[in-house]
Amino acid sequence: MLQTFKMAFRDLGRNRRRSFFSALAVAIGLALLMLMSSVINGEMGNAIQSAILLQSGHIQIRAQTYDANKSSLKWEDLVENPDQIASQVAALDQVKVATPRLFASGFLSTGNESTGVQIYGIDPNSAANDPYRQGILSGSFLTADDREGLLIGKPAADKLHLKAGDQVNLSVNTSNGDVLEQTFTVRGIYTTNTYGFDVNTIFMPIAKAQAITQTQNHASTIFVLLKDSSYTDSVVAALKVSPNLKVLTWKDLNTLIVEFETMANSYIGIFFMIILAITASVIVNTLIMSVYERTREIGILSAIGMRGSRILGLFLAESSLLAVGGVIMGIIIGFLGIYLFNINGFYIGNMGITGMLVTNTIRAKPELNSIVNVIIMTFVVTLLAGLYPAVMASRMQPVEALRAEK
Amino acid sequence: MEVVKIENVTRVYQIGKVETQALRGVNLSIMNGEFTALVGPSGSGKTTLLQMIGCLDQPTSGRVIINNKDVTTLNRNQRADMRRGTIGFIFQFFALIPTLTTYENVEMPLLLNGHTAKERHERIMELLKAVDLTDRANNRPDQLSGGQQQRVAIARALSAKPSMILADEPTANLDTENGKQVMEIMQKLNQETGVTFIFATHDPRVMSYAKRIVTLHDGVIEKDSLAK
Repeated sequence: MLQTFKMAFRDLGRNRRRSFFSALAVAIGLALLMLMSSVINGEMGNAIQSAILLQSGHIQIRAQTYDANKSSLKWEDLVENPDQIASQVAALDQVKVATPRLFASGFLSTGNESTGVQIYGIDPNSAANDPYRQGILSGSFLTADDREGLLIGKPAADKLHLKAGDQVNLSVNTSNGDVLEQTFTVRGIYTTNTYGFDVNTIFMPIAKAQAITQTQNHASTIFVLLKDSSYTDSVVAALKVSPNLKVLTWKDLNTLIVEFETMANSYIGIFFMIILAITASVIVNTLIMSVYERTREIGILSAIGMRGSRILGLFLAESSLLAVGGVIMGIIIGFLGIYLFNINGFYIGNMGITGMLVTNTIRAKPELNSIVNVIIMTFVVTLLAGLYPAVMASRMQPVEALRAEK
Repeated sequence: MEVVKIENVTRVYQIGKVETQALRGVNLSIMNGEFTALVGPSGSGKTTLLQMIGCLDQPTSGRVIINNKDVTTLNRNQRADMRRGTIGFIFQFFALIPTLTTYENVEMPLLLNGHTAKERHERIMELLKAVDLTDRANNRPDQLSGGQQQRVAIARALSAKPSMILADEPTANLDTENGKQVMEIMQKLNQETGVTFIFATHDPRVMSYAKRIVTLHDGVIEKDSLAK
């Protein structure tokens, strides 16, 4: 066994450059797989994280009849006495914060520009709104008793040429179907680095939102953040809500992302197979060349009584050494690649997917499980690639092999 | 004792649509300890006959019996085992493994036969002494002359203590001096160890060492005579 590996090692050393480049092909293949899986992992984690923090929360409590697509404002579609329910929910151990929110649709306009917006009526004092508070670029955040102020996202502010302190007209749908118009002051401009969200979301204190939409003491939802995503099911089980309310989890609320992740994983699977196939063909090619160059040697080994299985073992030892070398190099290159990728992140601008919140910078997030998986996959594929040339060598007829030029 | 018995052996090669009869019914018996030359012009079938005896090739018809065992019925692995245990080869080209040193080349058959490190070392040193290459033990083939390489091949052929050595044109690629040296070593080993030597050649100088000369022509034995 040891002798087999010693011979295999020396055989690889005969053509060092070729062996090095073959191992490098394995290494680059593995490094790409590591980087891809880490980027996807980072990106999907980021998308879900963004969606939970900015939009869905871990859990929402809504009226049974509420239709999120219509931002319905009819009283029967809303949660009554939301503060009371929110404080009951917040009393649960695993809950970090629970706060009412009111959603309405409206129209923001200046002298000659206008844009459709989603209005978030929020409690400015709640920790749930920290992501927005931290994203203030200019001006200030809202206060609970502000009756004329609102926050606007950077892309919308750019579009309407607004800056903090400017006046803007807002038309809002009300609970009885009328449209009400009022002039507001831009208190602040925020960003969440998520174009899809920032471009059409504006904030005002929930009290003001209730007043303007005539939905006194009602909210569209109770937005709940937990101390950890894994508590979701147990909190849902613990929640006792009246029959006219329903409880939704982040999985229900982000079906698009969950579906997208499934789809991305299958595309990634195909991508992985392409990379592995290229790597495998390099190895097959190298070893086939090596078998042809050493035909006569194989004849000699066979003549002195080496069995086919042992010749097979010799060539498999070569491919396993290539695999080990390639995998070690690949791990180094892969982690280096992930590190370099994360120094600045990869800026994608507002190339988000409609309906999905994607931050403007992608970062790779290596996950032990998937890294180990791609390492094992690469190693196994390299070994399997060595199988065909090895079988070819082991099946050579000694007489014909001895007759070869080399 | 009879080490080789060839009975009505034929060998037909099919190359494209052309059939070539390399052996056309050969009968031959070789006794233990012989120093026999198979001679004849190119294409007479001597290499083919050597390959039959060496279990490297299978006859189209007839039987090849080595040490009282019919080897024509053996499968690939059994033939490999047969070669490993009872037959040593010396080829015209110096058939050494280029990545292995002199020592390791001689060691290879011993490794395949599962000898211990101590047994291997003793046997290798004994053989390298016999072929006068003790000081070249750690050189690789490309650092040796043709004559030295062929001597390593002889040492390797003998290492597993086979009952016979088959040599195919062992001196063809050597100059007169080295050829003579190689033949003298083979002759000496034959006399000292009693191992059977069968070599194919068309070199008259080699024939002069043989005790028995088997002449082949067009795939049949034309003449079988003891040397004077």
